[in-house]
Amino acid sequence: MKDTTTKNLIEIKNLKVSFGDNHVLKDVSLELKEGENLVVLGKSGTGKSVLIKCIVRLLKFDGGTINVGGIELEKISYLDLIKVRKQIGFLFQGAALYDSMTVKENLQFPLKKLEEKFTQEEIDKKIIDALENVSLPDVMNKMPSELSGGMKKRIGLARTLIVNPNILLYDEPTTGLDPITSEEISNLINETKNKYKTTSIIITHDIKCVKIVADRIVMLKEGLIYKVGTLSEFENDDDSYIKSFFN
Amino acid sequence: MENNKHINSTLEFLGNKFLSVKYNFNSVLDYLTDIVSYLKLISRNLFTIKFEFNEFLKQCYQIGNKSVGLISLTGIIMGLVLTIQSRPPLVSFGAVTMLPGMVAVSLIREMGPVITALICSGKIGSSMGAELGSMRVTEQIDAMEVSNVNPIRFLIVPRVLAATIMIPLLIIYADVIGIFGSWLGTNIKDDVSFKLFINQAFASVDFMDLMPAIIKSFFFGAVIGLVGCYKGFYAGRGTESVGLASNSAVVTASLLVIIVDLVAVQITDLL
Repeated sequence: MKDTTTKNLIEIKNLKVSFGDNHVLKDVSLELKEGENLVVLGKSGTGKSVLIKCIVRLLKFDGGTINVGGIELEKISYLDLIKVRKQIGFLFQGAALYDSMTVKENLQFPLKKLEEKFTQEEIDKKIIDALENVSLPDVMNKMPSELSGGMKKRIGLARTLIVNPNILLYDEPTTGLDPITSEEISNLINETKNKYKTTSIIITHDIKCVKIVADRIVMLKEGLIYKVGTLSEFENDDDSYIKSFFN
Repeated sequence: MENNKHINSTLEFLGNKFLSVKYNFNSVLDYLTDIVSYLKLISRNLFTIKFEFNEFLKQCYQIGNKSVGLISLTGIIMGLVLTIQSRPPLVSFGAVTMLPGMVAVSLIREMGPVITALICSGKIGSSMGAELGSMRVTEQIDAMEVSNVNPIRFLIVPRVLAATIMIPLLIIYADVIGIFGSWLGTNIKDDVSFKLFINQAFASVDFMDLMPAIIKSFFFGAVIGLVGCYKGFYAGRGTESVGLASNSAVVTASLLVIIVDLVAVQITDLL
């Protein structure tokens, strides 16, 4: 574990989320330290994606508190929510590229919606840089339907990074990809962290990805935190549930 | 003993019925609350300086220009059918000269607006439901929210406004094409010049035929836009939801078009 961190960028305390009678998160508390890659691990349906969707207020929570950069999300005003979301980039599971727009339009869309106005020249330069960072400089005029799964994930990451967020939330970044592309995406997560000094939460159940990116791991089971620790702590744990993931 | 058993099963049946009615009533109330908050969200984003004008123009093009072919075909068939069907009874009464006027009034007051709106419910309502539904399923709407883009302002307001403006224009266009179709239909059996046909047609049409039809067309447009967007925007998360949203948009919009027409006819009748 590379413990270069001191400040907590996100603090979650006693988070509870239910959908009807289905209690997805029962009592989750964790913090994200500045500069770290925090992996949230767990079986499907344990509330991993729900957790990060609560952080950007895509989902409301029933109990507990979430603090992002000093702003409490519980009773947040619309203007504060904009401030919180400006700090955060979210890479969706399927990349969520706007399929009626070209790659270039996808990348310029968030830039044009910022309060800070850029000239078209500045926007074009940012797009070229973003595409070079994800090693896809030649796809600018393609439609998302012309891209492979891995390429979509890269463009999704480029679109996320183009507005310079300091926190990145990855929702299963390697799901549905072949092992080679999965490894490339996992390495790209590390490169992004080192180059842009970002802090990330990575939701995954891909152990290969965990081994590449994790500074710290939080394991969820049935809506509760099962274990928090470093990769080596998890690998050396004798617990059969943990072993079932790492073997 | 047997009697008690019978009473118990009757009470159980009535209890279950009551719970089911209560559940359905609550579902209807929830649905109405959703619709009210949806309309509130749209009205809040309708009058804003951050209006998405480019998106509005794009939607006008999608709704208007891309429907012209279908509406032309529908309009011409409407005019032809109405003329061919109406001619024999008018001939038997010796009133064949009333044919252009009768067709024009029927087309402008009722057939043009309602049939065009129903066609638009199918074409535009379903496409809005499917497009927004698939954007919901593939998390594109969530991605917009996370990028601080208000999806109601960017996706729904331009579509609803474009439908409200373009569908009346399509209806007027369908009326014109329908009258042209009627002239073609008349010329199958008779020999009438286009100028004479138009003169006879518009001699029977007055302001009270035209205005209510145009006004109700705006309501048809708004209903189709609102329903299509509502069904797509609030679609469920699975891929099946896209089909359901699209299908439900067509059925609901078509039904509402007929209800709005009924109300409009009643109001026009009172004037």
